[in-house]
Amino acid sequence: MVATLLVIFVLGPHLPPGKGSAQAAGQVTDNTVLTAIMTPIICLIVVYFAYVLIVFRRRGDDTEEGVAIRGNPRVQTLWIAGTSALVIFLAGYGTWALLQSGSGGGQGPAPIAVPRGPKLPVQVIAQQWQFTYRYPTFGGLETSQLVLPADRMIEFHVTSLDAVHSFWAYGLGVKADANLGTDNVVYVKTRAPRSVDIHCAELCGLWHGYMFDKGQIVSSPAFVAWIGQQQKVFRSIAKYMPPYRTSYAPMPQRRAG
Amino acid sequence: MNAVAVHTSRSPVRRLLGFNLLSAVVLGAVGYYVGWWLGHQIHATSLDYFGDTSQNDVALFLAYFVGTIGFLGGLGLLNYPLSRMAGRPASADHHEEDHRGWTRYIGFSTDHKVVGLQYLIGIGFFVFFGGINAMLIRFELLRPSPNVFPAGQYLTLVGLHGTMMMGMMTSGILGPFGSYFVPLMIGARRLAFPRIEALTFWLLMVAGVFLTSTVFYGGFPTGWTGYAPLDDQANMGMDSYIVFFALVGISMTLLAFNMLATVITMRAPGLSWGRLPIFVWSVVATAVLNVLAAPVLVTTLLLVLLDRTAQTGFFLSTQGGSQYLYENLFWVFGHPEVYILALPGFGIVLELLPVFARKPLWGYRLAVAGLLGVTLLSFTVWQHHLFVSGLNASLRPFYMLSTELISIPTGFIFVCAMGTLWRGKIRYDVPMLFCLAWVFNFFIGGLSGVFLSDVPSDVTTHGSFFSMAHFHYTIMGGLVFTFFAAIYYWLPKMTGIQLNDVLGKIHFWVMFIAFNSTFFPLFAVGFLGQPRRVVTYPAHLQFLNDWVSVSAFVLGASMLVFVANLVWSLVFARIPAEANPWEAKSLEWQVPTPVPSYNFERIPVIDSDPYPYGEPAPQMPTPALTPAVTPTGR
Repeated sequence: MVATLLVIFVLGPHLPPGKGSAQAAGQVTDNTVLTAIMTPIICLIVVYFAYVLIVFRRRGDDTEEGVAIRGNPRVQTLWIAGTSALVIFLAGYGTWALLQSGSGGGQGPAPIAVPRGPKLPVQVIAQQWQFTYRYPTFGGLETSQLVLPADRMIEFHVTSLDAVHSFWAYGLGVKADANLGTDNVVYVKTRAPRSVDIHCAELCGLWHGYMFDKGQIVSSPAFVAWIGQQQKVFRSIAKYMPPYRTSYAPMPQRRAG
Repeated sequence: MNAVAVHTSRSPVRRLLGFNLLSAVVLGAVGYYVGWWLGHQIHATSLDYFGDTSQNDVALFLAYFVGTIGFLGGLGLLNYPLSRMAGRPASADHHEEDHRGWTRYIGFSTDHKVVGLQYLIGIGFFVFFGGINAMLIRFELLRPSPNVFPAGQYLTLVGLHGTMMMGMMTSGILGPFGSYFVPLMIGARRLAFPRIEALTFWLLMVAGVFLTSTVFYGGFPTGWTGYAPLDDQANMGMDSYIVFFALVGISMTLLAFNMLATVITMRAPGLSWGRLPIFVWSVVATAVLNVLAAPVLVTTLLLVLLDRTAQTGFFLSTQGGSQYLYENLFWVFGHPEVYILALPGFGIVLELLPVFARKPLWGYRLAVAGLLGVTLLSFTVWQHHLFVSGLNASLRPFYMLSTELISIPTGFIFVCAMGTLWRGKIRYDVPMLFCLAWVFNFFIGGLSGVFLSDVPSDVTTHGSFFSMAHFHYTIMGGLVFTFFAAIYYWLPKMTGIQLNDVLGKIHFWVMFIAFNSTFFPLFAVGFLGQPRRVVTYPAHLQFLNDWVSVSAFVLGASMLVFVANLVWSLVFARIPAEANPWEAKSLEWQVPTPVPSYNFERIPVIDSDPYPYGEPAPQMPTPALTPAVTPTGR
């Protein structure tokens, strides 16, 4: 009981991935719930084993054998019922949490959990070995840095130009695989301005370990200013860019040989 | 026995020229170059897509293929099938005692006890190699920026470690202990298919050599999962991975069919399914998984091979294929695979706990239901590896449920272990310590699995060091600890020599503490945002990574204690083991040490399960006194 309360109120707030977005905060809650449920089970098992291993140890060179108990239907039934109830609760709770808004996970081209209200679409294009970002509502602007406005519902469209990558925006609680030819949609509601660590989380070849950068969540006016400045830079190269699509099919990539 | 000492009458030269390991290596090398040459002929005459590079995947595949045939032929594995095909009568080789002395351990043998020891030594060798790779990986991760290995070499180390461990330890229990002890435990004189048993071992060894040879062809960048389309970009080192896993898959399938046929058809009279040792039940469950899962792997790799050579596009979305197809097929194999690794461990723990707690197995039927339940459910959970992949979002709740359901039968095993200890007289011998470590490790592994099975939580933990720590807790903490429990428990029967107890206990405590000190912090490393398989990481994670690396080196050192124990006990001390040092009541301990060539002079009749501890059991299975009721050869 004490341990469970400690887990909920002391450990819980420090569990990852932090509260950088509504989805990340949801994951923290989820992690807290799971840890809190496990705590009494861990305590019970530890106490049981400590008791059994000390009390029922052989003393000296005692050759006596243990008590021939081959089972106990009541204990077995209770155990099955208990674990089954727990498992069904966990699956139910997980499903409920998932259906809120997808929990920051990639939902593919046909999302099952779509939050209501306006969303800012941002495309994440992964390629060996960097991420670039396109803003289709701002003329298909493509940048090498992720900048997002605070307190907005973002609709990420994650895709790849080559191998399988995974877009992991740690502080936002977002992870979505990037696949060639596929649009992987993620919803995330940003909160206060902050910076966000971004990693590739799927082994994508030689420089996978170097495929990381930092994104920024900025206030809405700052975001508008940044977009305006980027559009100016982008204008001169816009005509060379392919039009915005949910996925891109470059020439087949083959080995040199 | 009418043993005919055929082999001893041969002159040394004749023996050198016959079918043995030397001929096998020579013919294997010849086959390799014939295949290589053939590949270049094909390339030169028909296909022209290799351009002006030296890369020729066709040649390497053919080299591996013909090399394997040459090796097996040199060992003499092809003699019997060829002579049968030529219409000659079935040989009675296996009815003769093998008089080759120690050399039978380095050649083709149809004695399941020889093959069991061959497996133990062979797998031990390659697992040691895989462990050294792990040490090198941890050495590289001492610093957040690149340290010793360039990125490409680092990825090859990661791939070699993962693939070698997965491939070898898949047969880590069924190979050595299944081959050796299943016939002894069920009162049989041999395995159902002795030649196939030998084939599975030698295929695995050939596979191990091929995988190691990847370093000569540039390594491979994909890790053990071999995801497309990265595997199609990769250079020739990828072919080593493909051939390795395909050979492992074939070996697994054959080994499993052999086990199934043996257990189904060759049990001694009276050994009903309800009296089968729980270890044999776990072998049966694992074998079912093997025969259903491994062929998927072999087929998938065949398609990858075609993608890489014949320019098909099964897994290439630019050519009408799909990388999701690869991910699905791989995990249809890959998830049962982790239970193929875990189930024999369950079996060993439940087999050994009664011996050291001096109590019958608690909840035998529940334990069997647990093994079979895991077997069944493990085919329904594979997409939890793809929770953030964008594939089938609408099926997430189903896979979340099925994955969490699998903890119910796993819980059966756990409660049976707990119940078996209750009111026992627990003896803390070395094998028991390893079994108790399984309880601890697998408990942590199982609980951490809940975070990965829950989609919202998995978003953070997927592909991070958290999942890496989780599966090391279940596979190393689960399987490798029970592997050592089995070694300490059964090696005295296999070799007739007892292992040093003090060194065994030092090995255990150093390994147990270092293992937890290595992998527990990795949960935190993953939670804090470090992805798997990276050569660089954020500077603020250096302390944790250094802690893990140092612990890993201690863990590696604990293996040296084990090797020292083996060398000391088996080579120098050579203290003969008692026939039944643990006072176990199961059948394999009732035969003399060393185990006679045909195991049982007379086939025993079984009248109880193998756990009559604490019960008056006057009618122990006594092979020598019980009349034979089945024909010889069974």
